[in-house]
Amino acid sequence: MNLYGIEVASRLLLGTARYPSPAILADAVRASGTGIVTVSLRREAGPQRGGQAFWAMIRDLGVRVLPNTAGCHSVKEAVTTAHMAREVFDTPWVKLEVIGDADTLQPDVFGLVEAAAILCADGFEVFPYTTEDLSVAERLVEAGCRILMPWGAPIGTGKGLNNVLGLRTLRAHFPEVPLIVDAGIGLPSHAAAAMELGYDGILLNTAVARAGDPIAMAGAMATAIEAGRAAFLAGPMEPRDMASPSTPMIGQAVLG
Amino acid sequence: MNVIVNGSPQELCATTLAQALDELGYGAATVASAVNGRFVRAVSRDITALADGDAIEIVAPMQGG
Repeated sequence: MNLYGIEVASRLLLGTARYPSPAILADAVRASGTGIVTVSLRREAGPQRGGQAFWAMIRDLGVRVLPNTAGCHSVKEAVTTAHMAREVFDTPWVKLEVIGDADTLQPDVFGLVEAAAILCADGFEVFPYTTEDLSVAERLVEAGCRILMPWGAPIGTGKGLNNVLGLRTLRAHFPEVPLIVDAGIGLPSHAAAAMELGYDGILLNTAVARAGDPIAMAGAMATAIEAGRAAFLAGPMEPRDMASPSTPMIGQAVLG
Repeated sequence: MNVIVNGSPQELCATTLAQALDELGYGAATVASAVNGRFVRAVSRDITALADGDAIEIVAPMQGG
């Protein structure tokens, strides 16, 4: 998968939040085989300087980071956070989130397009967290986004793919743009289903972090994503309404 | 000088953002900073003067999804 000119082997992008411990996070990242993890910026809490230790651990893992603008509800907040992230993480990549609704964490797509245009013009390589809406996707591409990240379902819900038709339509409409399902994945089967639609990758966090065994789930997700991709490339059969015998009828003995 | 650091009132001797970060113990830390909602690049901290009542935000790498 090629993301803004960078070839990455794994099609899984993994979030780093909500793990039981830093050690489990590190092991889950290794088990997933991912080459990209998402990170954020927050006020340094307490005298322990936990953020510095976290950053040292991520650097030791040898993966690329994709900073997010999580929690930003305005264009100004998101753009300012992106600038801070570019300086701290030394990357032009930014997972752009402009949240429109506190309950669903649905993107504010109007603010998203506006922020994306500002950031792309300023040299950022934007990974927009968006809906599956085609018109919004068009605007994001016009703004300079070379990747689209539609949600599968609201962040942290684990509901899977709420709008398969919409996601399939988006794939058909943008055959050349890398498409990554971001948010809503709860099970490996959800991830595989998205990959079978022809999606290029999956970004997930909670499904691994909150699993009973995050390390095992990280491996399961990686396997499912590989399987879904292989199935897409293999060309799945067309479903049909009526049964069709798989065993040939020719040559069947007359016994009745 | 009385400023607001990450939402909490602080009394600092510093007169620039760079001095404030040093005084607060962030001298060598990986952080980004803003004053009154405007991002200040690391290279500009030395020349960013602080005034009474300024709101300073200091953020560091954290877990994220």
